[in-house]
Amino acid sequence: MISMHDYDDVPGTFVFDTDRSRQGYGINMFCMSLMKDENRKAFKANEAEYLKRFPLSPAQTEAILKREYNRMLELGGNIYFTAKLGATDGHSFRHLAALMTGSTQDDYAAMMLGGGRSVEGNRSKSGKFDKPPKSKSESKAKGGKARKKRG
Amino acid sequence: MARIVAGVGSSHVPAIGAAIDNKQTEEPYWKRVFSGFERSKEWMDALKPDVAIVVYNDHASAFSVEIVPTFALGCAAEFPPADEGWGPRPVPVVKGHPELAAHIAQSVILDEFDLTIVNKMEVDHGLTVPMNLLFGSPKQWPCPVIPLAVNVVLYPPPTGHRCFMLGRAIRKALASYPEDLRVVIFGTGGMSHQISGPRAGLINSKFDKAFLDNLTRSPKKLINIPHLEYMREAGAEGIEMVMWLIMRGALDDDLEEVYRFYTVPASNTAVGHIILENKRKAKRRSRR
Repeated sequence: MISMHDYDDVPGTFVFDTDRSRQGYGINMFCMSLMKDENRKAFKANEAEYLKRFPLSPAQTEAILKREYNRMLELGGNIYFTAKLGATDGHSFRHLAALMTGSTQDDYAAMMLGGGRSVEGNRSKSGKFDKPPKSKSESKAKGGKARKKRG
Repeated sequence: MARIVAGVGSSHVPAIGAAIDNKQTEEPYWKRVFSGFERSKEWMDALKPDVAIVVYNDHASAFSVEIVPTFALGCAAEFPPADEGWGPRPVPVVKGHPELAAHIAQSVILDEFDLTIVNKMEVDHGLTVPMNLLFGSPKQWPCPVIPLAVNVVLYPPPTGHRCFMLGRAIRKALASYPEDLRVVIFGTGGMSHQISGPRAGLINSKFDKAFLDNLTRSPKKLINIPHLEYMREAGAEGIEMVMWLIMRGALDDDLEEVYRFYTVPASNTAVGHIILENKRKAKRRSRR
C-alpha cells in the first residue's frame, strides 16, 4: 500500500518516490526498452502483445495503451521514462506537457513564454501552505497577535 | 595539491543542447539564453582549469530504475555521450581523470560518504549541456572531466546538507592529491521547473533569485531547505538544485561572485547561472 506523505499536499504532482518506483518498475522498464530501435518497432507492431513482456498491472497496461500520461505517473511511471514513450510516438515534449496539464500545445507554450505557471495558488491542496515559508531573518513583525519582543 | 579555484552553477535543460545541435542558437528565443553565457565562456577560456568536476544527474540514460545510486563518481578514462532517443549528441567524448577520481573516491568514502564508483558510464545532456555553455563546442573538450552523478529522479534525493558536506569532503580530498591541479566544479540542474503532471510549467523566479543570493552570501540558509519546500516552491523537478550545494560546499566561505545570469524560460525551465571564484586562488597556472 501507499502511505501518506507531506508532499501529497503539493497539487498536480505525483512524486516519484520509493513506493511509486516499486509499483511502477514495469512501466519504467518498458519505457527504457524503447531506447532500442528494434524494441520500438516491436512495440509499434503490436502494442498489447509487446507490453506482455513486462510486469504490468491491467491498469498500467491500459494507461500505456491509452497514452494517459498522468495516470502513468500516478501508477509509478516517471516522467524521464514516460517521455521515451512520447518520443517513440514522434511527439515533442510540449505535446506531453499539453496532455498532462489539460491545455493545448499553443496555450502551454504561451504560458511558458509568459513566465511559466505561477506558484501562487499552486502550493497546497489543503490550502494550509498558500504562502511561501518565512525565512528566520524575516519573522512577522506585523500581524494580529501581540508577540513578545526579545530581550 | 589539487585545489578548487572556482564553482559554476548552470541549468542543464535538454532543449538547450538540441538548440546547439540543430544550430538554432541565433534564433531570438535561444539567443536570449545563449547571450547570457558569452561572458562565461570568455571567463572559462581565461581560467584554463586543469580538471572539471561536473555534478549533474542522469535522466534515465545511464541508469534506469534497476540501480539508483545516490552519488556515483565517474572513475573511467572516458565517458561517451548517451543516446537519449535521437542518437548521441554530436559532442566530443568526455575524457575523465581516473587518477584524481580514484583519489577522491578513496578519500570521501573514508570520510563516510559511501559513494558508488562507476567505471563504465555514458553521459547525457545533464553533463554535456553545461559543458557546451561554458566551453562552447570545441572538437575536443579542453580539460578532463570527473562526472559526479546525483540521484534527483527517485525521491528522496540526498539532502541539501548532505550535498554541501560532500562538497566539503571533495575539497578536503583534493588537498591531499600529490599533483598541483586547478579544479573547477560545476553544480548543474534547476532552476525552478516542473515537467511532470498537471502542475507542469511551474516557475518561481522569486525562489530562484533568493537561492542565487544565498548561494553566494549565506549558503547555510540553503542547506536545510527541506525537499518538500523545493517541490512546493520550485516544482517537482526543481529539487535538482540540491546539486548546486555540492559545488558550493567545495568552495571556500570567502569567495567572489563574478557573474550571474537568469532568464525564463528555456522550454519548461528557468535558466540560472552563476560563477563563484575562491578568493584564495591557486598560486600558479599549470604548464600546458
